[in-house]
Amino acid sequence: MNAEAPLVEIADLTVRFRTPGRVVHAINGVDLHLNRGEVLTILGESGSGKSVTMRALMRLLPSRRTEIRGRVQVAGRSVLEMSQRQLSAFRGKVVSMIFQEPMLAFDPVFTVGDQIAETVCRHEGVSRKAGLDRALELFQLVQIPSPERRLKAYPHEMSGGMRQRAMIALALACRPQVLLADEPTTALDATVQIQILLLLRRLQKELGMSVIFVTHDMGVAVEISDRIAVMYGGRVVETGPVAEVIGNPRHPYTIGLMRSRASGGMKGQRLDAIPGAPPDLSDLPQGCAFAPRCPQAGEVCGASVPASVAVGQGHAVSCFQASALVDRADAHVGSGVP
Amino acid sequence: MLTYFSKRLLFMVPITLAVSLICFSLVHLSPGQPMDAVVSADAPAEVVELVRRAYGFDRPLPVQFGLWVQRAVQGDLGLSVATGRPVVLEVMGALKNTLILATAAALIGFPLGMLFGTLAGYFKGSLLDRLLTGIAVTGVSVPHYWLGMVLVIVFSVHLNMLPATGAGPGASTDWAFEAAYLRHLILPAVTLSVIPMGIMTRTIRAMVGEILAHDFVEALRAKGLPEWRVFLHVVKNAAPTALAVMGLQLGYLLGGSILVETVFSWPGTGMLLNNAIFRRDLPLLQGTILVLALFFLALNLLVDLAQTWLDPRIKRA
Ligand SMILES: Nc1ncnc2c1ncn2[C@@H]1O[C@H](COP(=O)(O)OP(=O)(O)O)[C@@H](O)[C@H]1O
Ligand SMILES: [Mg+2]
Repeated sequence: MNAEAPLVEIADLTVRFRTPGRVVHAINGVDLHLNRGEVLTILGESGSGKSVTMRALMRLLPSRRTEIRGRVQVAGRSVLEMSQRQLSAFRGKVVSMIFQEPMLAFDPVFTVGDQIAETVCRHEGVSRKAGLDRALELFQLVQIPSPERRLKAYPHEMSGGMRQRAMIALALACRPQVLLADEPTTALDATVQIQILLLLRRLQKELGMSVIFVTHDMGVAVEISDRIAVMYGGRVVETGPVAEVIGNPRHPYTIGLMRSRASGGMKGQRLDAIPGAPPDLSDLPQGCAFAPRCPQAGEVCGASVPASVAVGQGHAVSCFQASALVDRADAHVGSGVP
Repeated sequence: MLTYFSKRLLFMVPITLAVSLICFSLVHLSPGQPMDAVVSADAPAEVVELVRRAYGFDRPLPVQFGLWVQRAVQGDLGLSVATGRPVVLEVMGALKNTLILATAAALIGFPLGMLFGTLAGYFKGSLLDRLLTGIAVTGVSVPHYWLGMVLVIVFSVHLNMLPATGAGPGASTDWAFEAAYLRHLILPAVTLSVIPMGIMTRTIRAMVGEILAHDFVEALRAKGLPEWRVFLHVVKNAAPTALAVMGLQLGYLLGGSILVETVFSWPGTGMLLNNAIFRRDLPLLQGTILVLALFFLALNLLVDLAQTWLDPRIKRA
């Protein structure tokens, strides 16, 4: 682990939504950290709490109906304790976000150039002209063809891929320390997806950015990240370096995800979807949330929530069965779990 | 933009013609002979024939229509049967008063509606929202003439604060921007403003609620805009629809003030229409409706153009 403190540190984060008639336990004690210059991928099925975690990092959740507990530190500052004023100066400047649907994330009645310039003006106190100059620079950076003309385009006048490039330009406008990318390629065509991924990877390397990347696609995760955190039912169930988690997955859910993925080289292999459905977040089981679907679940799994246990270099897993194996193998790990 | 403008303008020609045709036909659709109001029932046949020829009623209908349109284009809508004055003068004088009343009502109703609607939309589901929505619903459903009479009873009869009828001191029909005249404007304008206030409140409330639910609002917050700047984005998104509703409401205020003008004896087009109907003054009726309809059309055109200009998603081809 790095000697310096991580850029982002989330500790024991809990998020609950009060909806009419029930309480949604969206996040149930998440611990995460992001080091400087690192790409962390959050991987998990839809509904596992990935987006809520990202929004909690920027405190974007609707304050009236949401209960947030825990600690969220970004660049040494506590996000959950900021005033509204500090918060708006922090958003877009220290942390910025790329959204899943660029068509919906731009205001339809302003030009894209104006929307980028607006951000620059807001955080750097420069004129609109200077803001637009910066927007042009950014459009060149994200390789939008004929950038001068595109600055004057409205969001609906751009293609999906170009809009996502513009969204990336907007997110990078004020040189943020942390970039959050919430499924930035999910809404795009396959070929465009790859281009956007390559662009993000290139920018991350060139600018040395620290990125939290959210996806439900393991292939994408492998492509782009240094470390992976696997989420299930609002908890991180396994985390570690990419090679470790992919090459030596320990949590039955991670293993299930690997199996359910159609991998190119293994033709004819059956695609095993994980049987069962994701947990109901307004009525979580008492123990491990994955236990009802887990092929290895034992008695202990239904009784309490497993703690995170180190199983290798920076590799940790929250599973009674997996950590029991570790105990038996006397700490150091050789072969994977069947 | 220019081509769109000229296209829209060109489109106005057939619509205007159709509107004129309907106005013209009113004379012939209404029960009885168009002559009934002019000559008494027991007049000798020669006199009737003479008047028929003088008014041109002996010509074939299409020719009559052609002549009527030709004269209307030159600003001649004939003479009022009741007063003998040119219809154009009667209508223009009344139109001015109606515009004054409608503008005053709009100046009261629109800002209030926008304020109430925005507040209710921002705080949807709150007590404030329920209160404002309640006011809006009451405003839309309460009958004009009833509210008018209640206001008169309270402010004119009991409190003796404001005049009950007329446009100005001494039954004057020429309104002027002076305190004595303004006092006469207050009650009818307030009465008339209640419906547009209610409709604006409800429309803006729904629209603000819908806009706030869009992802881009979260994205605006995520890039660090303070709440008042987010609000400006909401306003610009709401503007095209709000404008359309205001244009439509202004149109209704112009045509829909018959009851209010009658209750308050406000010498506008509403009262003019009312009089024309009861006196069977067909040229006056025709002329007033034509002018009002054309006004409505022009208003619609303006709203359309303003909308295109405000909302980039509307095609400008
Ligand atoms: N504002 C909200 N109010 C109520 N429930 C919410 C809200 N936002 C998210 N949720 C719920 O929280 C859970 C996690 O959502 P999310 O983080 O968006 O999942 P994903 O991993 O697909 O991004 C989902 O069950 C979702 O329905
Ligand atoms: Mg999501």
